[in-house]
Amino acid sequence: MNPHPARLLHESLLAAAAGPALSHKTAAVIDGESHSYCDLLDSALRLAASLRGHGLKRGDRVAIYMDNSWPCVVSIYAALLAGTVFLLVNPQTKSDKLGFILDDSGTKLLLTDGHLSKEFLPVLARVTGLAAVISSGSVPAGHNILSFGSVIDDTAPLAEPVATIPLDLAALIYTSGSTGNPKGVMQTHQSMMFAVGSLIEYLRLDHDDRILCILPLAFDYGLYQLLMTVDLGATLVLERSFTYPAQVFARMRKFEVTVFPGVPTIFAMLLSVHQREPLCFAGVTRVTNTAAALADASASRLRDIFPNALIYKMYGLTECKRVSYLEPELAESKPGSVGKAIPGTEVYLLSADGRPTPVGEIGTLHVRGPHVMLGYWNRPDLSEQMLHPGKLPGERVLCTQDQFRMDADGYLYFVGRSDDIIKTRGEKVSPVEVENAMLAIAGIREVAVVGVPDALLGQAIRAYVVLEPEMSLSSGQIRARCITQLENFMVPQQIVLCTDLPRTTTGKISKKALLEQMPPEDRT
Amino acid sequence: MSSETNVIEAKVRGYILENLMFSSDESELANDASLLERGVIDSTGVLEIILFLEGEFGIEVKASEMLPENFDSVNNMVRFVSRLQGAR
Repeated sequence: MNPHPARLLHESLLAAAAGPALSHKTAAVIDGESHSYCDLLDSALRLAASLRGHGLKRGDRVAIYMDNSWPCVVSIYAALLAGTVFLLVNPQTKSDKLGFILDDSGTKLLLTDGHLSKEFLPVLARVTGLAAVISSGSVPAGHNILSFGSVIDDTAPLAEPVATIPLDLAALIYTSGSTGNPKGVMQTHQSMMFAVGSLIEYLRLDHDDRILCILPLAFDYGLYQLLMTVDLGATLVLERSFTYPAQVFARMRKFEVTVFPGVPTIFAMLLSVHQREPLCFAGVTRVTNTAAALADASASRLRDIFPNALIYKMYGLTECKRVSYLEPELAESKPGSVGKAIPGTEVYLLSADGRPTPVGEIGTLHVRGPHVMLGYWNRPDLSEQMLHPGKLPGERVLCTQDQFRMDADGYLYFVGRSDDIIKTRGEKVSPVEVENAMLAIAGIREVAVVGVPDALLGQAIRAYVVLEPEMSLSSGQIRARCITQLENFMVPQQIVLCTDLPRTTTGKISKKALLEQMPPEDRT
Repeated sequence: MSSETNVIEAKVRGYILENLMFSSDESELANDASLLERGVIDSTGVLEIILFLEGEFGIEVKASEMLPENFDSVNNMVRFVSRLQGAR
């Protein structure tokens, strides 16, 4: 066993695989197949040796562009064991954005899967600095791509230990920004280990838990299910998605899942399936929600499906992983609240002029704690907007830019965002990113993208489009072009063709006026 | 293949191409391609397809039938719909 508590993310794995109690325990069930802690460490060490063998050094970036799969889990720990920094790219990402992320991060090695070759092959020619590409699944021929299977083969060497310290970067977590291009949130081993411990504490998890993950590992909410599992020596039940609910339900029953993390869209789907055929998961003891608010009415209906579960409402942003949680016992006495700061951290509200906000009044939420990011990769300008000087010399506090109220007991109530980011299916979508993709479509002259309320999605994406004179494009044709550039969840559900867009006095498109023109039931 | 399954196949293909792939190019959709792997379908997409199949073919899909073997390709859906119609 390790002589000290784990300080690095992969030390939890080393400890689990070395201990007789956990070594042969199932770390993850993926596609119904069980993988032990010692198998995970063995494969990760072989892949780590290959990363080192390709010349990667401490701090170099490794991109993982894969579905939720066993190779994806192995890749995450291999990158850490090699002393490198991993970044997960959502497998729905299309070529151009993948290229942007690889360039922006200065990725040295790409780990991917053959079924994504249509998107990644075109990128390989123009991205510079890639030492190697390793692919699971069917490896495309003729591009000098290594097979994941051969790299982790039993005969491949194991990596030697690397001198990583807790202040080293562990991951870049890309998130949508209001400027259009995604930004890489820099997180160190120290901040991620801290967040893992804090989450485990308030969720009251232990090594007997079986944690479901149907969210993409590229989403930090999904990633932390894996990190918490390994830290606990528990078992992760990893599914590719929630697309085929009956398959997920069967796995939940077979592997006796105890923790169900979801987002409002997943809970809405669960409730719609429940209406067709009553569902009941008596073995689930914790249900968690984040990414967007879960209506109190939905939460109470979820109790029929999960009669023995504590239901947690939470709030967070990638820049500090998680901000707050509401203790499940307080759901009825604090309706509408997302709770208070997670253990080991504090939050406070400041007015526009930087003064503490009185109880009950609206202020900007600030977060102080070891979980706060180091900043955005290569973007000191944007980092400065979000990270402000704190109380102590050198300290930095996260200014979330989100508006909240706080009651006399310190419980938070979300009021609104100060940017125009759209939250749909639990994902953040930058309207500028969607607009840029749409403006690149021949025949579109102007476009304005807004979020409108939607029962299933939280917000649906609506695009107001002005075509070039004499052009005719149907909304289906426009969406077809969008889907070649954007992740599926970013493609507008609604396209409104119009002859002009309202403008402000300075000539900019006025989204405020667009929203005011909408019928009241459409407004956010 | 019976003419009945031909009709089902044409309707299913038409729906997927138009509503999930936004395409009129028939060659883009192979009948045996995995819709999940191709990125054509996701969790809200499968609900849309089920509502379409129920409305179009007068069938009722049980929650326990929301499985890849019934929905993950055109062929799987055609087989599934034919089976339910035969059982009526």
